[in-house]
Formats: sequence, structure tokens, C-alpha cells
Amino acid sequence: MPNPEVIRTRLLAAFPGARIDVTDLTGTQDHFKAVVVAREFDGRSRIDQHKMVYAALGEWMNGAIHALALTTRPPADDGA
Amino acid sequence: MLDAALRTRLESLIKGHKVMLFMKGTKQFPACGFSNAVVQILGKEGVPFETFNILADPDVRQGLKEYSSWPTFPQLYVDGKFVGGCDIVTELHQSGELGKELASVSAK
Repeated sequence: MPNPEVIRTRLLAAFPGARIDVTDLTGTQDHFKAVVVAREFDGRSRIDQHKMVYAALGEWMNGAIHALALTTRPPADDGA
Repeated sequence: MLDAALRTRLESLIKGHKVMLFMKGTKQFPACGFSNAVVQILGKEGVPFETFNILADPDVRQGLKEYSSWPTFPQLYVDGKFVGGCDIVTELHQSGELGKELASVSAK
């Protein structure tokens, strides 16, 4: 059963040095929100960025994680 | 792997309407908050769109995940092209890009 910390760990393995925030939206460990700001997203389309996150989460996306609200962007346009 | 018959069926569904939303539930009765969010956005954009309830068809549900390499629903297709899921559609709507895309398609 994934929780925000193990999801974050798996994402960090795929995107070293990224800024990653994962929240359990419902407290039921199956609906999550994730914000991933990673250099690897530079020059990639939004669809590609999300696909990269889905690939990193692997089999969790086909079962354990029922819903994932996802925000991705490269660090260049990270807010301020 | 996607078999040829299923791939043909998916492509005819995707290309059957200019704006096609594969979702959980129906336009009138969305069965998921993410699907409902995209229905609401398309309503605000004011374009005609068709929906397909993937909960009622396991073949299409599984097949589309492979077809578009996208593991979740909803999935929005415009002019036969995959646009994204709820988060991307929401971002594109807020930035105005979705409106432009839909306008260019409906002008064809």
C-alpha cells in the first residue's frame, strides 16, 4: 500500500534532485496529489511529463493508486 | 498487447467525434470527480462533445490505457489526438490553450 512517503521516495529515485510534494487527499492511501518539479521535464510536453511520472510509479498506477492529481513542471518556471 | 480488432474499434471511437471524452460514468451522471471536472470544463468551453463510459466496457477501458500509454481516466481526445487527463485539461482550460484548440477544430 503506497503512502506519500514511499511515493515520494520512488519519484525521487526517478527524478534525483527534484522538488516533490505528495499528499494523501482522502486519508485512505489510494487518492493522492503530487507536485513534481524536475529538470528532466525541461523541453517535454505536459503529456510527456505526466507519462514520465506514471512510468516511475509503475504498477502502482494499475491498482494501488486509484487517483493521482498531478502537477508537473521544469524548475525554470517554478513560480517566483 | 492490443489486438487489431480492438485497436480498430478504439480508433473509430476516438475519431468518431471531434471532441471525445472517455470517462467514468456519463455526461449526466459522472461517477468520478476527475471525470466530472472535465465534463464541466467542456460545458464552459461551450463545444459539442461526446462521452464514452469506460466503466461499462472493460475492453475499451484496458485497451485505451495501452493505446495512449496513459494509465488513468478521464482521457480527452480532440480531432483524434490525445489531449490529456483531468490535470492537463484543467491547466489548458485556465491558460486559454484549450479554447484555442477547440476553436481551431470546430472551424474545420
